[in-house]
Amino acid sequence: MFSYYVKLGLSSIRKNPILSSLMVAAIAVGIGACMTVINIDYIMSGNPIPHRSDLLYHVQLDSWDPNDAYDDPDRPPDQVTYLDGTALLAAGEARRQVLSYKTGRVIEPEGDDLRPFQADSRSTTAGFFAMFDVPFLYGSGWDKNADDNEEFVVVINKEINERVFGGEDSVGRMLTMNGEPYRVSGVLDTWDPMPKFYDVTNGPFNQVEEVYFPFSVSIAHELGSRGNTSCWRPVDGDGYAGFLGSECIWMQFWVELHGENERQAYHAFLDAYVESQKALGRFPRPMNNRLNNVMEWMSDQEVVDKDVRVLLGLAFLFLIVCLLNTIGLLLAKVTRRAGDIGLRRALGATRRAVFAQYIVEAGVIGLAGGILGIAMTWLGLQGIRVLYGELDFIARLIEMDWAVVSAAVVLAVVSALAAALYPTWQACAIQPASQLKAL
Amino acid sequence: METGPILRALMHNKTSFILIALQIAVTMAIMVNAIGIIQERSIQMSRPTGVDEANIFYLKSVVFNAAANYEAQITEDLDAIRNSPGVRNAVMTNTVPLQGGGWSSELQLEPGVDITGTGVAMYFVDEQGIDTFGVNLIAGRNFDANEINWHDFETNDWPPLGIVTVGTAEELYPDEPAEAILGKTIYVNSDEPVTIIGVVERMQAAWNSWSGVERSMLVPVKRGSSAVRYVIRTEPGYRDEVMPQIEDMLASSGSDRLIRGMETMADTRKQSYLEDAAMVKLLTFIVVLLTAITGLGIVGLASFSVARRTKQIGTRRALGATKPAILRYFMLENFIISSTGVVGGAMLAIALNIWMVEAFNLQRIAWYLIPAAMITLWAVGQLAVFGPARRATNVPPALATRSV
Repeated sequence: MFSYYVKLGLSSIRKNPILSSLMVAAIAVGIGACMTVINIDYIMSGNPIPHRSDLLYHVQLDSWDPNDAYDDPDRPPDQVTYLDGTALLAAGEARRQVLSYKTGRVIEPEGDDLRPFQADSRSTTAGFFAMFDVPFLYGSGWDKNADDNEEFVVVINKEINERVFGGEDSVGRMLTMNGEPYRVSGVLDTWDPMPKFYDVTNGPFNQVEEVYFPFSVSIAHELGSRGNTSCWRPVDGDGYAGFLGSECIWMQFWVELHGENERQAYHAFLDAYVESQKALGRFPRPMNNRLNNVMEWMSDQEVVDKDVRVLLGLAFLFLIVCLLNTIGLLLAKVTRRAGDIGLRRALGATRRAVFAQYIVEAGVIGLAGGILGIAMTWLGLQGIRVLYGELDFIARLIEMDWAVVSAAVVLAVVSALAAALYPTWQACAIQPASQLKAL
Repeated sequence: METGPILRALMHNKTSFILIALQIAVTMAIMVNAIGIIQERSIQMSRPTGVDEANIFYLKSVVFNAAANYEAQITEDLDAIRNSPGVRNAVMTNTVPLQGGGWSSELQLEPGVDITGTGVAMYFVDEQGIDTFGVNLIAGRNFDANEINWHDFETNDWPPLGIVTVGTAEELYPDEPAEAILGKTIYVNSDEPVTIIGVVERMQAAWNSWSGVERSMLVPVKRGSSAVRYVIRTEPGYRDEVMPQIEDMLASSGSDRLIRGMETMADTRKQSYLEDAAMVKLLTFIVVLLTAITGLGIVGLASFSVARRTKQIGTRRALGATKPAILRYFMLENFIISSTGVVGGAMLAIALNIWMVEAFNLQRIAWYLIPAAMITLWAVGQLAVFGPARRATNVPPALATRSV
């Protein structure tokens, strides 16, 4: 019988082309609006590193002002000080760890044709590449020895490799940065984590850095952060040394822990560390250390734009308006077909049969609406690109994947069925006799 | 009038009534809140920075030869820029309004570590700063050339003089006029005293969504380092011509530096409010689309409703009702439905707004948006029903006597 209902549904649609197209259009527009915003939200709140996201933990210590939380109501700072970062690194209590910060270097390619240019850089310890599963085209990162010996090594990205070395395997070659030669130890493949989870403080949707070199080298060169630096008390000593010994926060510290036991053990270690610092007069605030894995950290930092959430709410209400329209249109169709229904009932169709027929018809309309809705979603995303085009990361937000496409169709069919419930129930209630009299 | 019969008729046939009323209610809730957001963002975007936006541009000079003498280079650069044709003035500073990145420190009324301070944006300038930015000095005086000090990464102490904006003065001394802050001493870095020698009308901070965006202070310091920012103000109309000239002049004046990040103040504003501007356009589109959909929906539902009652209309006409009376009947019926819709809509709009204020920290809507939306939706409803109602008047009385 199901295929018979589908046939009936299709013929009914053909007989009422205007009403049916209006219904399909209403559903398509509502689905288009919803799925456009859902697509953006889905990508922005996606997991940037799904196979490792529950192994990587971001460390927060509350080294802040006793009279004022870093962030209301009682949230610790989002970055760590040099003192704390290096102390935790030296303690080595986690399986793997990385301390890094954003800075800048000027690359001076050889030859007179190529002019020097500035590159976004990250000053980091060796663990960065393994922990964050960074893909390499050639070579690899460096090891702990290189860190300890302040070796001048560098990892560059594909684009810089193209620009400076013509795209060939440049491992082992020298790259001059700020007047000094660094040995290339690796070239990165395309790497595009969305969001840039390891440093959400300085632009969660920025591109990753172009150049990576050892933390120890950066400190030796007295390089500061090109990201956020916040200090709750003035720097005590003089110069860079004073800055390093201050309570200014400017770097990010991540650890890798497997399983709940390791997480708790590490948290206990952090608490013990802070206690020892309190004995030295630091950490005036109550104990407030945090260990958040990747998704917890993204959520804590509210990486998804508030505007997206607002639009999500409005888009769903928009869908409801479209569905109300659909209910009205379905009711109109049922009234028009009243004679038809009465006839079928008189010939012996049960209420259930009538119900099934019209529900299937609504499903077919929902399906059509869903497919058209996919086109509407695509249009909507193009519109978003036009509106927000100046933001670099928009291109990544408007990609539709299969999950979104299927969700559109499912949402459309479900909404159409929900909208059809009342009109179909009305259809079943039509008395055969009332219709046959007027025929 | 005929409100009695209309109401009773509606009660008998609730479906159409509920559908239209509900649609109007949800539409109103969306419309009111969307327009509220549009208003809020538009107001944000129209705030003046206080500087001469049309004629200012800036760039960064990055020296990568570690042995360079920064002070000499900067002095030479500023002289060259200031003497260039078309340039009115130039200054070396850390940031510009709306840039997105900058320096803020806390100012206190009393010295001491435990005193709560007020966050204020800092602009490190020399005596040409005020003229370069084009801000309005409304009280006191500018810095003298001999009051400006060179600082580098090593220097820690804060100069003893400062010029603040009206916003800063009003926050520090809320019960006094801004000018009264002249001569007062406030404290930075917990205990370093700064005497206020001037008050500037307005100079916004670098962060447009910061609650303290109107609080800035000009500090008489030149911070020498390898990467410095030059802000340049041209004579009116010369900006586009002068920009590439200055860039070339600086880039070719020494081989160990890069010029980068050249932007106009106008573009900086555009970038700063990019998301807000986009949100406004998006929401406007949604409101228009929504109104169209609701209007068309009402046309559809009204036509349907009229078509169902052709016999009734015919009967009334046969009994002597005039065409205008039929028209009035349907317009009035729609008015009652719309009224229910907008009243429900008003409640829904307020509820939605309360939730959004809670959840997303938005602002409460202005009260007049509700009656404005009500009137709009009444109008849309009446307009939408006019067509079907007109068609209803054309139903011939003879229909009453037929059984079809």
